[in-house]
Amino acid sequence: MKIIIAGAGKVGSMLTRWLVSEGHEIILVDRRKEILENCSEQFDILAVQGNCAAVNTLKQTGVEDADVIIAVTGGDEYNLLCCLTAHTLNPDIHTIARIRNPEYADQIYNMQETFASSLAVNPEKDAAREIDKLLKYPGFLRRDTFAKDRAEIVELKVKPGSPMENISLMDLNNILKSKVLVCAINRGGVVFAPSGDFVLQTDDHLFVTGSREELTKMLKSIGIITRKVKSVMLCGGGKVSYYLAKLLSESGVQVELIEKDYERCVHLAEVLPDVSVVNGDASNQNFLESEGIQNADAVVALTSFDEMNMIISLYAKNYGVEQVVTKVDHVENQIIKDAVGLESVVCPKDLCCNHIVRYIRAMENKSGAALSVHTFADGQMEALEFKVDADTRNIDVPLKDMNLKKGVLVACITRGGNLIIPDGSSSYRVNDGIVIVKSGDVNIGKINDIFA
Amino acid sequence: MNYKMIGRILSMVALAELLFMIPALLISVAYDRDGATHAFAVTIAAVGILSLITYFACIKSETRFYAREGLVSVGLGWIVLSLIGCLPFYISGEIPNFLDAFFESVSGFTTTGASIMSNVEGLTEGMLYWRSFTHWLGGMGVLVFILAVIPASGKSSGFTMHLLRAESPGPDVGKLVPRMRQTAVILYGLYIVLTILDFVFLLAGHMDVLEAICTAFGTAGTGGFGVKNDSIASYSPYIQNVCTVFMILFGINFTCYYFLLLGKVKDVFKDEELRLYLGVIAASIVLIAINIRPMYDSLEETVRHSAFQVATVITTTGFATTDFDMWPTFSKMIMVMLMFIGASAGSTGGGFKCGRLLLLFKTLRRNLEKTLNPQKIKVVRNNGRPVNEKVLLSLYTYLIAYVFIMIVSILVVSLNGESMTTTVTAVIACFNNIGPGLDGVGPTCNYGGLNVLSKVTLIFDMLAGRLEIFPILLLITRKTWKKLV
Repeated sequence: MKIIIAGAGKVGSMLTRWLVSEGHEIILVDRRKEILENCSEQFDILAVQGNCAAVNTLKQTGVEDADVIIAVTGGDEYNLLCCLTAHTLNPDIHTIARIRNPEYADQIYNMQETFASSLAVNPEKDAAREIDKLLKYPGFLRRDTFAKDRAEIVELKVKPGSPMENISLMDLNNILKSKVLVCAINRGGVVFAPSGDFVLQTDDHLFVTGSREELTKMLKSIGIITRKVKSVMLCGGGKVSYYLAKLLSESGVQVELIEKDYERCVHLAEVLPDVSVVNGDASNQNFLESEGIQNADAVVALTSFDEMNMIISLYAKNYGVEQVVTKVDHVENQIIKDAVGLESVVCPKDLCCNHIVRYIRAMENKSGAALSVHTFADGQMEALEFKVDADTRNIDVPLKDMNLKKGVLVACITRGGNLIIPDGSSSYRVNDGIVIVKSGDVNIGKINDIFA
Repeated sequence: MNYKMIGRILSMVALAELLFMIPALLISVAYDRDGATHAFAVTIAAVGILSLITYFACIKSETRFYAREGLVSVGLGWIVLSLIGCLPFYISGEIPNFLDAFFESVSGFTTTGASIMSNVEGLTEGMLYWRSFTHWLGGMGVLVFILAVIPASGKSSGFTMHLLRAESPGPDVGKLVPRMRQTAVILYGLYIVLTILDFVFLLAGHMDVLEAICTAFGTAGTGGFGVKNDSIASYSPYIQNVCTVFMILFGINFTCYYFLLLGKVKDVFKDEELRLYLGVIAASIVLIAINIRPMYDSLEETVRHSAFQVATVITTTGFATTDFDMWPTFSKMIMVMLMFIGASAGSTGGGFKCGRLLLLFKTLRRNLEKTLNPQKIKVVRNNGRPVNEKVLLSLYTYLIAYVFIMIVSILVVSLNGESMTTTVTAVIACFNNIGPGLDGVGPTCNYGGLNVLSKVTLIFDMLAGRLEIFPILLLITRKTWKKLV
């Protein structure tokens, strides 16, 4: 497809990388010449310099025959105007705008047609939702849901002294006492799909798929207590904090929010009546102690500086806080995260890109393409959701007889409302949903691409 | 430096070249020329095995690829290309001296057309074909061809930009469409169509098929190797005129043709570079025609020779229908100036390029105005769009390098002891990829008599001229080969 990306910032360039690798034609628009030069040297794209909301610039990008325009510049108003203009020039175009200001949140959904926006993404809100999911369901470092929330892929770490230590995958199900499937392992930054005789070691990251009930069972059997989080401390009062505090307090969790800027505190206190807002410096250990960090069930570090968030998380772990979630915007390397000892990491930029790529894949859906896509393990693995139709090959063939591409694994099958964790004898039928897991270097567009 | 990736690109260059050598082999077989057949077969087999080994040795390369790797691959790529290209000449013994064979091959690929041969008609058919074909491949660039054929790998797809930029002529290289592969396909598509058109028109003038192919290759790449000792002079006026028209066409920026196809006719004719290019051609033809009128019998002949010679020099082709060394000084001076100007950016022609000249003039005017009123802020515009100061800066750098290389080369070639005119025009003609100069290297003479040092210098000049100086200059810069730039 021909896709115009307006704004070559963090999200813009990340989207460019993803969409180019999926074989789309990308036209990147930005005002800043240097950034464009940098991008066009890295990716096979066309770069256009100019104001993405101006008719002249948009015409240069060939908006008339483009399929999608993604507006991810710094300003919400800009993004909206860009979509509106593009839509006027080409009524068939799909428009995706990033809208971050909470004050616009409602009107975007209610006035979608007026603004000509097919999809509005809000990275901070997505991040807040993600963190909320993690907090309400502790024990996992990360969760992705599929098939209308029926199936999940979760990440967990083998901690020292865990019953999973030095166990081979074949014997794992006896220990876990649940029907789950390990689809990938991350050991020291290297991600691979393991075979049955693979032996787990301390600090391995496991990616496990299963139904919610089975996953809960699994947590119990490895001794992770799934106590409900009752009090949460949020450090930093940005947009993610706002959304998260709102979500948590609405579900009855006690929330304490720490923010340095006094004016911002006043504003937050006005819009979040059930949250206790404290004006103070979250990087000050004494202050955190006086606020009772040691008694919190969970601490979430959400300041706008990665370094600060890491330090706060380390403090929290030091005080024995059970669950610590860290927001990270820039650090992409798992090795650094491991070296510092971060566990649950949330990156709003990644979530936003995931959201947009999912929408674009769904647009291609007619041709048997993936319904949704989730990347995990530092983007080295991807999970894709497909719907089986009459054109799909190998219907009713047991999985063990299928000739799948190397690095591809069928992680689960959904039939009606049920989730099947497959073994060698399972097969799929028409109208089933299947989730496959693959390493990032295998290219899969349509469901039939999974076969060798 | 990512040596493995460069190794892979170089082996792909070699393999692509061998692929194109096969027709030459077949022609040699068809005409029953054992020596030439043997030479082509040996080259294809030996180089083929060597480059396959290199390719598989380098297959597991990292994907790091930046401007430095791009420039080095292009620089080395063209040297490899010329080295392989000269092997058939040397092995078959048709050009017995290796340096001469290399000179001929470089001259072919850089579309210069400067020859060391005094008797071109002595070459066998396969060799003639190969000699002219080097022009065609060199004209659009072999790496652009590889970009068109081989799908860019997903992860580091951006590296293709470095290759295109390093190989394509012009101050500001850009893509036509988002995908590099499509851009390359469009460029080669236009190139092939125009070449076939030229070939058909030549055939219509009752030219021999092989000669028509060779002449079309020479015209398309704006190269200038003829198949006759007197170049195009003995052909009919019709064929000469066809050559004139197509030389001028191949000297136009290929983007213009793409826009014509898209129906943006107005934009094309408003293009300032195209206007300058056509304007200079028209003015030169008229001035020279008036100046040389007494030398020829009819007006038709005067204009035909004037137009042909102007076209051949400004597009840096280097064919000839008459010995312009015999012309009056005024006409000769115009020819020398045209040598400097060169064709349009983004065409197959060489020289300084009309586009650069235009920008230089505009900058000069801007800077003069600024001297009168230092507070004045004025942007240099090209086709109505503001030109980035960075582009202007690289333009100055180019000018400095251009003049500097020219002066040093003239000094080195002067050791040869030829006349002033010969020395200076030999360098000008090679550096701007034209071919024939004046006096000792004029249209009726050749470069065979120069000494080894001069030939090596001119080989360097030809490569530097075709690749717009930097890729070749960087190869001999120590910093390029350091771990940290």
